[in-house]
Amino acid sequence: MNKTVNPNELTSDDDYGPLYAARKKVYPQSISGTFRRIKWGLMAFCLGVYYLLPFVRWNRGLGAPSQAVLIDLPNSRFYFFFIELWPQEVYYFTGLLIVAAVALFLMNSVGGRIWCGYLCPQTVWTDLFYAVERLVEGDRRERMKKDKSSGPMRLERISEIVLKHSIWLLIAWWTGGAWVLYFNDAPTLVKELVTFQGPMIAYVWIGILTATTYVLAGFMREQVCTYMCPWPRIQAALTDEWALNVTYRYDRGEKRTSVKKAIELRAYGEHAGDCVDCYQCVAVCPTGIDIRNGPQLECIQCGLCIDACDNVMTKIGRPKRLIGYDNDINIQRRQEGKAPVYRIVRARTVAYSAIIAAVGGIMIYTLATRSLLDVNVLHDRNPVAVRLSDGSVRNAYTVRLLNKSGYDRVIAIDANGPANLTTHVVGIDSVTPDRPMIVIPRDSTSELRLLVTAPAESNPEKSVPVRFHVTDIGLGEVATATDNFVSP
Amino acid sequence: MTDHHGEFDSVTGKSTTGHEWDGIKELNTPLPRWWVISFYLTIVWAIGYWIVYPAWPLISGNTRGVMGYSSRADVAVELANLEKIRGDKMVALGAASLADIEKDPALLALARAKGKTVFGDNCAPCHGSGGAGAKGYPNLNDDDWLWGGTLDQIMQTIQFGARSGHAKAHEGQMLAFGKDGVLKGDEIVTVANYVRSLSGLPTRKDYDAAKGEKIFVDNCVACHGDGGKGNQEMGAPNLTDKIWLYGSDEATLIETIGNGRAGVMPAWEGRLDPATIKAMAVYVHSLGGGK
Repeated sequence: MNKTVNPNELTSDDDYGPLYAARKKVYPQSISGTFRRIKWGLMAFCLGVYYLLPFVRWNRGLGAPSQAVLIDLPNSRFYFFFIELWPQEVYYFTGLLIVAAVALFLMNSVGGRIWCGYLCPQTVWTDLFYAVERLVEGDRRERMKKDKSSGPMRLERISEIVLKHSIWLLIAWWTGGAWVLYFNDAPTLVKELVTFQGPMIAYVWIGILTATTYVLAGFMREQVCTYMCPWPRIQAALTDEWALNVTYRYDRGEKRTSVKKAIELRAYGEHAGDCVDCYQCVAVCPTGIDIRNGPQLECIQCGLCIDACDNVMTKIGRPKRLIGYDNDINIQRRQEGKAPVYRIVRARTVAYSAIIAAVGGIMIYTLATRSLLDVNVLHDRNPVAVRLSDGSVRNAYTVRLLNKSGYDRVIAIDANGPANLTTHVVGIDSVTPDRPMIVIPRDSTSELRLLVTAPAESNPEKSVPVRFHVTDIGLGEVATATDNFVSP
Repeated sequence: MTDHHGEFDSVTGKSTTGHEWDGIKELNTPLPRWWVISFYLTIVWAIGYWIVYPAWPLISGNTRGVMGYSSRADVAVELANLEKIRGDKMVALGAASLADIEKDPALLALARAKGKTVFGDNCAPCHGSGGAGAKGYPNLNDDDWLWGGTLDQIMQTIQFGARSGHAKAHEGQMLAFGKDGVLKGDEIVTVANYVRSLSGLPTRKDYDAAKGEKIFVDNCVACHGDGGKGNQEMGAPNLTDKIWLYGSDEATLIETIGNGRAGVMPAWEGRLDPATIKAMAVYVHSLGGGK
C-alpha cells in the first residue's frame, strides 16, 4: 500500500519513498447484506464445530475412549467417529492433506479466495474480534474519532478498552481451551482444568493458543494475510481468466461521477459511470484497500464490499453488483457487447476434481478394506540361517502382530515353505507345539521371535519363499506375510 | 548494480529502489514497520544469548555465559543419571539366579539388552556380531556345544574361558597325533576317512574301514567317546553330527588330527563384573541354541 509518487515532486534521493511503512489502522464499518449473512452463518458453523466437537460422544465399547474425535498421543491413536488410526497409518493424513491442498486449488479456480474470505481461522476469528470491537466501541466513525482524540482518557473510555480486551481474552482463552480438549477426554479434562487438577501441559497449550488468538485476531489482523501468509502469492499463480474473483466492474463504474451529474449525463444519452465515489467499499474492507484498483494481493475476497456497494446501488436506483464475482473475460465481453459466459468446467477444474476424486477414492477404498489383523515379518540377518547338529536348518524371524480390533484374539501361526517345517515361538510354550497359538490383547501389538526349522531332507538349496499365515481361531480372519527361508 | 538513484515507475506509480540487475529494476515496496522492529528485536535477543550462553571464542577457550551452561556438562549429568538407573537394575540382575532371570520378563529383557551390547564390544571380534561364529570360533546360535549349552555351563565358559590360563578354565585339547609321532601319515588319512563316515560323509573308495575303526578306538575314544559322540567334560566335539568347527573335508581333518587344535576362549571373570557376565550368559543362551 504505497503512496503514489508524483515524479515532479522528486528532488533528492530521500524522496523516493520510505523503505519502511507505518501500518495504517483499519476501521471496517459494519454492513448488512447477502455476503455478510453468509459470513455470519459460516462463522457460527466453523466456531460451533471447533468449540463443540470434542464433546460429541461415540460408543466404542468398554475400555475404549468414548470421544468422537480424539488425538490420543500417549497411546498413539487417532479416533474419528468410526475410524481408529494407528501411527503407521499416517498416510491417511498425507492423503487428507493432498485432498485439502487440491480442494484449495479447486476453490480458487472456481471462485477465487473462498478459503481466505470465509473459512480461514484468521478471517473467522478476526471477524469475531471486529464484531466485539464494534459492539463495545461503536462503528467505524466512532472508533476513528476515539482513537484520534488526544488528551487524558476519560473513565468511560478506559472501561471500554478494558471491556474489549477482556472479551477478546475470554474468546482467546476459550479457543485455547477447546484446542486441548481434542487431546484428552473432554468432560474429564474440563473438570480437571476448572479444579486446577489438569496436567501442566494442558495449561501451557491453553496459554499458547490464548496468546496466538489474542495477538493474531486482536492486533495483527490483516497483516497476517498480507505479510505472513504465503497463500496470496500462491493464489496469484493459480488464478486464470475464468476464475471468478471479487471484482470492481470498471466498465460499468467508470467514469466515476456524482448521482446528480450521472442523471444529467444519461438524460443527454451520454455514458456515465455507476460509481459515485462514495468510498463505502473502502470503509467496510477488513484489509483497508480500494477494490476499484483491481485485483490486489491484500484482498481476501470476503465479499463485504459487494454488500456495501449493493446497498448504495439500491439507494440510487442503479442495478446491483457493480462490485461482484466476475472475471476479466466477461468484462471484456461486455465491453464488446457480448453476453457474459461462465465456465466452471475447464481443464483446470476437471484436473483438480479428478485428483480429489482419485486420492479420496483410494483413501476410502483402503479404509473400507483395511484389515484389523496384521502381521509384519523381519528375517534375522545375523546370522541368516543356522545349521543344527542333526543337519536341519533353522531361520529366525521377528514377527510383529497387530490387533487393531476392540477385542482380544487367539491366533495361530503357520509357516508354509519347505516341507515339514516346524515352528517355535521363543518363550512361549504353546499347547499345540507344531502350531503355536498365542493371545494378542485388543488394540495392541505383540512382537515375537519365531524359530522356523526345516529338517535335513527338505533343506532348500537356495533361498525359497516362506509364507506366514496368522489365523484368528475364533473369527477365521487371516493375515499373511511373506519372507524367505535360507540355507547357510 | 549501478547507482542508488531511485526513479519513478509510471506503470505502478511507485518509485524504484535504484537497484538494477541486468536491466531489471526493483520497485520500492516498503516493509511494514512492525516487521523491521521484530527484526531488530531478534538481534537484541541474540545479544542476550551472548551474555547468557557460551558464545565468543577466546585465545584459549571461550566466553562462558552468566548461566555457566555447557552442553558437555549436560551430557555428563545425563550419563550419570543413566548409570544410576542402570546401577539399580544391574544390582537386581546380579542378585537373581540365572533361572530366575529367564523367568522374569523384565530381567530377561534387561539381560538380553545388556548382553547384546557387551557381546558386541567383547565377543564379536571372534564370534561375529550375531554370534554366528567362523572357522575355529563356534557358532553360538546352533545346538552344538563343546562345553555344554545349559545356562550354568555357558556362564562357566564365559567366566573362566577355555585354555585361557585361568585356574578354573576348561582344559583338554585336540592332540597333535601327526606332529607328536603318534600316528603315521597313512594312518591319519585312514582315521580321517573313518571320522567322515561317522556322520555319513563319503569316504575314499580304497580306505580300510576296519583299520580306521581300530585307530579310532585306540586313540580317539578316550576323549571323543564310543562311536565319536563327543564329551563335553573335555570339550571333545561330537563327530557324528553335521556341525564342524574347523571343517569336515578330508584335508582339514588330516590337518586337525596331524597338528591338533587348541583354540582359546579368554576368561572374562575380572574383566567384566559378575552381573554383566550373567547378562551375557542369558543373552547367549537365548540366541536359539540354549539347552
